[in-house]
Amino acid sequence: MHDTAHQHGIRKGRRKILRIPLILILASRNLFHDRIRFVATIVGIVFSVVLVTVQLGLFVSCQRMITATIERARADLWIVPTGAKSFEDTNLLDGQERFHALAIPGIADVVPLVTGYATWHKPDGGTTIIFTVGFDPGKVGLQPWNLIEGGVDDLLTPNGVIVDRSYFTRLGISYIGQQAEISGQRVRVVALTNLIRSFTTAPFVFTTRERARTFLRAPSGDSNTYFLVQVSPGADIAAIRADLSRNLNDAEVITPQEFRSRSLSQWLYGTGAGAALIGGAILGVIVGTVIVAQTLYSSTKDHLNEFATLRAIGSSAFYIHQVILCQAFLSALIGFSIAAVLGLLIVRATKNAALPVIMTPNLTLGLFVLTVVMCALSAISAIIKVTRIDPAVVFNR
Amino acid sequence: MKPIVMEAIDVVKSLGEGAGQVLALKGVSVSLKGGELTLLMGPSGSGKTTLLSVLGCMLSPTAGLVRVSGRTITGLRPEELAKVRRQNIGFIFQSYHLFPTLTAEENARLPLDVRGERSLDALDKAQQALIAVGLSHKFNSFPRDLSGGEQQRVAIARAVVGAPSVVLADEPTAALDRENGLAIMGLLADIAKDPARAVFVVTHDPRIEPFADRILRIEDGLLVADEARTRRLN
Repeated sequence: MHDTAHQHGIRKGRRKILRIPLILILASRNLFHDRIRFVATIVGIVFSVVLVTVQLGLFVSCQRMITATIERARADLWIVPTGAKSFEDTNLLDGQERFHALAIPGIADVVPLVTGYATWHKPDGGTTIIFTVGFDPGKVGLQPWNLIEGGVDDLLTPNGVIVDRSYFTRLGISYIGQQAEISGQRVRVVALTNLIRSFTTAPFVFTTRERARTFLRAPSGDSNTYFLVQVSPGADIAAIRADLSRNLNDAEVITPQEFRSRSLSQWLYGTGAGAALIGGAILGVIVGTVIVAQTLYSSTKDHLNEFATLRAIGSSAFYIHQVILCQAFLSALIGFSIAAVLGLLIVRATKNAALPVIMTPNLTLGLFVLTVVMCALSAISAIIKVTRIDPAVVFNR
Repeated sequence: MKPIVMEAIDVVKSLGEGAGQVLALKGVSVSLKGGELTLLMGPSGSGKTTLLSVLGCMLSPTAGLVRVSGRTITGLRPEELAKVRRQNIGFIFQSYHLFPTLTAEENARLPLDVRGERSLDALDKAQQALIAVGLSHKFNSFPRDLSGGEQQRVAIARAVVGAPSVVLADEPTAALDRENGLAIMGLLADIAKDPARAVFVVTHDPRIEPFADRILRIEDGLLVADEARTRRLN
C-alpha cells in the first residue's frame, strides 16, 4: 500500500519535473519569499514601464499628428517651395511648376494644394488661428479623412468648410451647419471629421482650393503651396524627380519620406518636444533599473548563504547567474503585464484627448524587450556579488 | 586493498596576509580510502575546517598536492574546482544549509540539477535517496516543517544523490541530540560501506568514535595521530 502511494508520488513528480525546471522553481520562490520586497520591485517596474509607455506613446502620437497629412496624401513626389521645413510652411509656388511637371513623360497627374494660417472668427465672438487646407474635391490628392458627418462633395455648396469635431470648443461651434467667418468671409460647417489633430494646435480647416486662396489672400493666378506629383504605373520615380528638379526654380522635388522626415525634424526635434519625451522615457528606464537593481541586490544578499551552498556543492557560476536572471525575468514579466494593462487603460482614457497616448504592437513589443533588458541590467550588481562568493564560507555559518 | 579516492600530500595552507598571516596547515598528508569512514578530531583552531575546505576543493593549498579520484586538482581555476566538486564530492554541513524555499525532494535533487541532470531519472534518484534516509513520507515537506534530524537526513540525501566518491561532513551531529546524532552517524556508516566511497567526518563529538574505521587527530595544523579502528557501530 505504502509502495503504491509512493509510486503514485513519483509519477506525480514526474509530470512536475517536466513542467518546471528547478532553476525556475528556486528563482520564483526566492522572488516570492519576501512579499514586501517583491511588491516593491513590481511597483518600481510598473511605474517605470508606465512612465516609458506614456512618454513613448505621446512621442508616437506626436509623430503621427505631424506626418498625418503627408501620409494621407496620394503623392509619389512633392513639389515644395525651396527649403520647406514642414507641411505647415506657408510659402507659395508660382504655379509654373505644375506645367513643367505635366510636360514630363511618366507623370500621370499633378494635384495642387493651398495651405496656410488664417483667423477664424467664432460665431459668438473671439478669434482663433486655424490652418486652412485647400484642395480640389474632384481630385484624388489630399482630402480630409475620418469623415463622420457630411462629405467632401458638400464643399461644393457655398462657403462650405470641413472641421474636426474635437476642435468644436476651440472654434466656438457645436453642430454641423453652424456659421462662422474666416478672414472676414462667411463660412458654414458642412462636414465633420474625427480625430484629425494638428501638432501646431491650430485646427485644420479643409475647404476648396479657391476658397482657401481667398481666406489666405493669396495672389491671383496659379499660386499654390504644394503640388502632389502622381506618376504613371511602372515609371521611374528617381529619373522623373531628377528631370523635374532640373526644370524648377525656387522649388524642390522631394519624396513623401523626405517630407515626413523634414516635418518631424522641424516640429519634434527642432522644438525640443521630442527630446523632452525621449528624455522622460530614459528617466523612466533609469529609475526602473535602479529600483529593480536595488531589490535584486538585497534579495541576493539575503540568499547569499544559499548561493554559497550552491557553489559549494559544485554549481557553476553560470547556474547561479541563471537563477538571478530568472528572478529578473520573472519580475519583468509580472511588472510588464501589470504595466501593459495600465497602459491600455491610459490609451483608452486619452483616446479623445488633444494629444492621445498611442500604443502600437511594435511599441508594445519594444517596451517588453526594454523591460526585460532593464531587469537583466539590474541583475548585474547581484551577479557581481555572487560571483565573489567564497564557497568555503558555508563551513563557518 | 582499498582504493584511495582522495589524498592530500604535504599540504600547507596559509590564511590571511601580512602580519595577520597564519599557517593553518603545516604539511598535512591524508589519504581517504573507499569503504572507510574517517573521523578528523581536534580542538578549535587546530586546522580541521581548513583541511576540510582544501579536501573539498574550496581552498587551494599554498603548497602540496591534492588528488581527487586520481586527478591532481592543485592549481585548477575556480570553475574547474567547482566541476571537480559536483562530480566527485558530496557535502554535509553542521547547519544543514538546506534551501528553505525548496521541498525535501527539490533539495535532494539540486546536486543533480547543477550537473545538468534534469531527466526523470534525476527525480527518481532524489526520491530514492530520501527513501534511503527514511524520509519516504517527506518528499514535499519544506525544511521549516522538518525536525533537525530530518533536515540533516535531507542533507545526507543531497550529499549522496549524485553517487560521489567522497562524502565530506562538517560536524554533522553538532546540532542534534544524542539519539538523532547516532542515527545520522549510522546513516553515514552505511554510506561508507560502499567500497567505492570514502566518508570523512570532522567532529568534536567523542560519542561517534565507535562508527569510525579510522580516526585522525589534528593539532596546530599538524596531524598528530592516525588510528585505524574496527568499526563497532553501524
